[in-house]
Amino acid sequence: MNYASYIALIPLLPLAGFVLLGIFGRKYFKNSSGIIGTVLLLVSATLSLYTAYNYFFVDGKVGDSYQTITAIKFTWLSFSENVSIDMGIILDPISVMMLVVVTFVSLMVHIFSLGYMKGEERFPTYYAFLGLFTFSMLGLVVSSNLFQIYMFWELVGVSSYLLIGYYYDKPSAVAASKKAFIVTRFADLGFLVGILILAFYGQTLDFKTLIENLTTQQSSQFLAITTASFVGVSALTWALTLVFIGGAGKSAMFPLHIWLPDAMEGPTPVSALIHAATMVVAGVYLVARLFPLFTITPVSLSIVTVVGIVSAFLAAIIACTQTDIKRVLAYSTMSQIGYMMFALGVSGYGGENGLGYTASMFHLFTHAFFKSLLFLGAGVVIHFIHSNEMKDMGGLRKYLPITNLSFLVACLAIAGIPPFAGFFSKEEILLAAYHSNKIVFGVALFTSGLTAFYMFRLYFSIFWNKQIEVHNHHGEGPFSMKFPLIILAFCSIFAGLIPFGKYVSSDRLPFESHFDPMFSLAPVAFGVIGILLAMWMYKKESEKAERISQSLGGLYKAAYKKFYIDEIYLFITKKIVFNLIGRPAAWIDRNIVDGLMNKIANTTATVSGFIKGMQSGKVQSYAIYFFGGIVALAIVFLYLWK
Amino acid sequence: MTDIPISNILFVSTALFFIGMYGLFTRRNMITMLMSIELILNSVNINFVVFNKYLYPDKLDGIFFTIFIITIAAAEAAVAIAIIINLYRSHRSIDVETAEEMKY
Repeated sequence: MNYASYIALIPLLPLAGFVLLGIFGRKYFKNSSGIIGTVLLLVSATLSLYTAYNYFFVDGKVGDSYQTITAIKFTWLSFSENVSIDMGIILDPISVMMLVVVTFVSLMVHIFSLGYMKGEERFPTYYAFLGLFTFSMLGLVVSSNLFQIYMFWELVGVSSYLLIGYYYDKPSAVAASKKAFIVTRFADLGFLVGILILAFYGQTLDFKTLIENLTTQQSSQFLAITTASFVGVSALTWALTLVFIGGAGKSAMFPLHIWLPDAMEGPTPVSALIHAATMVVAGVYLVARLFPLFTITPVSLSIVTVVGIVSAFLAAIIACTQTDIKRVLAYSTMSQIGYMMFALGVSGYGGENGLGYTASMFHLFTHAFFKSLLFLGAGVVIHFIHSNEMKDMGGLRKYLPITNLSFLVACLAIAGIPPFAGFFSKEEILLAAYHSNKIVFGVALFTSGLTAFYMFRLYFSIFWNKQIEVHNHHGEGPFSMKFPLIILAFCSIFAGLIPFGKYVSSDRLPFESHFDPMFSLAPVAFGVIGILLAMWMYKKESEKAERISQSLGGLYKAAYKKFYIDEIYLFITKKIVFNLIGRPAAWIDRNIVDGLMNKIANTTATVSGFIKGMQSGKVQSYAIYFFGGIVALAIVFLYLWK
Repeated sequence: MTDIPISNILFVSTALFFIGMYGLFTRRNMITMLMSIELILNSVNINFVVFNKYLYPDKLDGIFFTIFIITIAAAEAAVAIAIIINLYRSHRSIDVETAEEMKY
């Protein structure tokens, strides 16, 4: 099968949409830009599905294991014979899976936005940015080497910045976009240093060769990177930890998660695409891409585990207290990505040990569907109510029947209730954790209960609880907004039935994941308890929630204030960084750099003022200068010239 | 014709030159300035004639030079008066200080 003939079209079509709509959109495609973007993406998504079919069922397998196919490869920047930066497209199980997820969710968001963003002033710009994002994300997942993934990584950051700041006349949106960009950029510094270390010792940027070089115990590269050390830690551990910092920044892991809740200032479909299904899982994807390297460095792997579980737990607690529905979803995203992270962290390499890896990818896959569904559902609600706050909502099930049902499906999926998608993936994650680390398993189990609680708190607060007065009657919105909900709801129900282990595994060999009904009893029980608790507290309008939060006192307040992490960051940046580094730097800039330039300019101005004064326009003074000059010359030639 | 010492004649021409110079620098009226320039030229003419007469009596170079200078002075006066008339037309004055715009 020759993938090269069409594979490049998958990322390039959205890019074409970006260029076309970005340049000509506002002039020529004022109203049709949405359709253009959607059609381009439809083609792209179809090609992705076709690729996936070919890869998984026709010719991806050699023997038993799935091979890595380099579909396209060319040298992009050549420094010398041996050093060059390549661009390429590789196909392996995870990149093909991500291709499908990204194009599919992006397509749903494109369709949804046709209704949601209708009538916006910058409608073509919005679709242009969506195209740019989709292009960057697709480029990221098919990257064949570290440098290419880094470039697309930054492109993804830029398009996320543009889309969060889409409502640029809103100060909070501008602040949020800046925050997201700066925080992720800060994390990317670690990523870049990590890349440089890996490339230096591994002597290549290419993923395949890099992994081969560094996992062979006898290779000179492996010996070099493990013997070199800094502060008693080997260079390999440093490199992977730094790379993971980049991934943690993009994936909103504790303590670099602070940008994600604020990023909800962007349009809701954008949150569904970028901050739920695709970009935020880039960190997980990166760790999965370099997974063979992580498995040989237990320290890095345990950092991944700890960061993942802490993020999952912390975010779940915060999500229980937030009142802005999009923020609840943002924290729940963070929590679910935490699940994926620690699933990778507890995983081993190969066969049954690699269960965590498969589970993580599986959860990524199912999470993309139900979380984008939740965000799009929230979009319908916000479109209907014109508010993000829970207190403005209640009893909406009568007005939004389709949204109600699909939202319920998504909530059940994320809560891990069988037979919805989230149940299967979460169950595998918990199983992997159980085999590897009991503490992680315990926390994860408790968190899954919390997940069910806060999701159903959200669900009941929106669709049940008190009955609010509804004044507008434009209903659920156009068909373009309902259609993605229905499709995604189907995916959320059935995506879990895919035997994922057959297709995606750490060593590419298919394995059967055993489904153990006895084991899944505990997670489901926790989920059901969470749901019942939420139902008891929020189904009817009551004082119960209020009283419980008051009795919790300080803990509730701390969680409501997001554990003061934002405040800590502000303290560090404003009080310490700005005062100790910013002010001296500003002083040097103002007094030494600017001062020098000002001095030069002033001297020049003074001199020129003096010369200018001589040209007075008075003919007689010119005559005097002339005469004086002659006298001077006469003196020189008569008396001084020997 | 009694011999007049060359220094006396040179003294006259130098005096004439500086009178002309003084007039050129102090007068604001352009006609007067033009007259001052004529004085300077004439002092030079005297020098040429005198040096020719006293140092090389058998040659005529200095005399020729004087005639050239007189011719050129006439032409120069014509040009200068044309300029003065134009200045008068535009500025309604022949005071040199009214025409100060041409600076910087």
